[in-house]
Amino acid sequence: MQAGSNTTIKSVSTKNPDKGIRGFLKKCKEQQALLWMTIPFVIWVVIFKYLPVWGWSMAFQNYKPALSFSEQEWVGFKHFIFLFTDDRFLGVLRNTLAQSLINLVLGFVTAITLAVLINELSNMKFKRVVQTISYLPHFLSWVVAAALVSSVLSIDGIINEILMGLGFINEEILWLGVGEYFWGILGAAETWKNVGWNAIIYLAAISMVDQEQYEAAKIDGASRIQRIFHITIPGMKSVIIVLLIMNIGYILESGFEPQYLLGNGQNVEYSENIDVFVIKYGISMFNFSLATAAGMFKTVISFVFLIAANSLSKKMGQGGLY
Amino acid sequence: MFKRKKKPGFMRTKEDIIFDTSNIIFMIILCVLMLYPFLNQVALSVNDATDSVRGGIYLWPREFTWHNYEHVFDKAAIYQAIFISVLRTIIGAGVGLFCTAMVAYAIAQPKFMFKRSITIIFIMTMYFNGGLIPTFLLMRDLQLIGSFWVYILPTLISAFNLIIMRSFIEGLPTSIFESARIDGAGDFRIFFKIVLPLSLPVLATVALFVAVFQWNQWFDVFLYNSSQEHLTTLQYELMKILQNSSTTSSGDMASAFANSSDGGGNMVTPKSIQATMTIVASVPIIMVYPFLQRYFVKGMTLGAVK
Repeated sequence: MQAGSNTTIKSVSTKNPDKGIRGFLKKCKEQQALLWMTIPFVIWVVIFKYLPVWGWSMAFQNYKPALSFSEQEWVGFKHFIFLFTDDRFLGVLRNTLAQSLINLVLGFVTAITLAVLINELSNMKFKRVVQTISYLPHFLSWVVAAALVSSVLSIDGIINEILMGLGFINEEILWLGVGEYFWGILGAAETWKNVGWNAIIYLAAISMVDQEQYEAAKIDGASRIQRIFHITIPGMKSVIIVLLIMNIGYILESGFEPQYLLGNGQNVEYSENIDVFVIKYGISMFNFSLATAAGMFKTVISFVFLIAANSLSKKMGQGGLY
Repeated sequence: MFKRKKKPGFMRTKEDIIFDTSNIIFMIILCVLMLYPFLNQVALSVNDATDSVRGGIYLWPREFTWHNYEHVFDKAAIYQAIFISVLRTIIGAGVGLFCTAMVAYAIAQPKFMFKRSITIIFIMTMYFNGGLIPTFLLMRDLQLIGSFWVYILPTLISAFNLIIMRSFIEGLPTSIFESARIDGAGDFRIFFKIVLPLSLPVLATVALFVAVFQWNQWFDVFLYNSSQEHLTTLQYELMKILQNSSTTSSGDMASAFANSSDGGGNMVTPKSIQATMTIVASVPIIMVYPFLQRYFVKGMTLGAVK
């Protein structure tokens, strides 16, 4: 930001005989239409996106909504110390990491596999139908998705019926009522919802692969599987690396909608992640300070991870996000 | 590198046939997995509720009835929820689109003095936020709680959509701008008369992103307006049904919630109401997305390539 305005001022002063503040004002006048177009929204972004960061001060207070800022009691790192000695929060942290890791691995493997297999379809019409159907769940809200998941997994749902019919289980399982299953259910639900959508970007990468490579490999007698592993997947390599690095940056962002909507008293030990914890402590129990401390911890760590991931991506010559 | 086979060439080998067949079978299974949960709800929503309790409804209703829909649409609250859902989708997409396009136009101008700094100010918002509680308190201080505008204002411009639009506008031929400027057109005139008409594909993409986002939102209703019945949305109503049925014993007849009968003795159950509401809340999306998905895909790849 700083560097940006410096360079613009510099370029002003080299082009413009008027220097310093006068040149700046002249430029403002010249570009007043562009300023009118952006200034209201810069004010908007500052108020709605930057101002709330000020609220992080609550994490260091015993915040009471009725008191003004100067009347709040400052408590230092008390809430953070409480969080990291609290068994419940440590469990929440474990859930967050486990859920993200499962989503990360599952998300990559399934989307790449799907993209490769869709690419191998030769009938264009069938290909388009498959793709269209595979995007569908992505456009549904998580509320609808959660309703579908809970219906499929209910006592009389299709999953229980199939497993009973095949003789894998002897009595119906209340899938969402057993905490140990939650991570798997979440991973499956996320995959179901997003695999088709996530495959788009890999399909775009595959379409950039030089078709002559396939022809040459074919003449050399390479099998379908060999062509996939030696041409298609290497062709996606750079996209895979960039997305992988970026997703590692989002490791504490495991989402909150499915966890909140599918979570219940029976699976809370496995479903509750940081975001759900913040909602429960903040909105339901009005413990604003503790909830803010947890949210702040998440945001700060994520930010550090993202910066690291971005510079790693740049170092590897893949180009960063910004 | 590769082993040379005896029969090189472009004919379908045995391996090809096995591969293609299993691939097609896999894709069919995949499509069934994607569609089944939804189609099952469709079947449940048009099947008699008491009959559904017996189980065994998969893709086709056993005792067809519109009664579940009649029951859902019998309540005045549903019309209010539909109204607010539609309103926030239209206003959110319209206003959001306009504001995003305007900022995108400005930061796409190479000579604009704050081009870089404004871009960075917006992009930064992709990577951090104040978090739930501070945002909630801000909305309270701005007196947006209990108002319709809390659905629109906080998500007015998304950095992602802004970048998509900026890339598109930067790709427009600069000669058009130059000649318009020589003719004496100002930035507002260029924006309205030239850029907006030329940007229709990207405008459609972003409008759809915002519209789907707005239609699917439930959390802001829950957070800010859960006590305002006149500002409820379809997604939030479905969410309440879902939360209720997961706390009671998984949607059987025993749970009293939503069980009711009218004069004709027709029963509805939480399960059938949930199925019906699921369909009502997702039908607009299902109807439009097959026609509009190419715009989404375009936006997705545009945003990724940047």
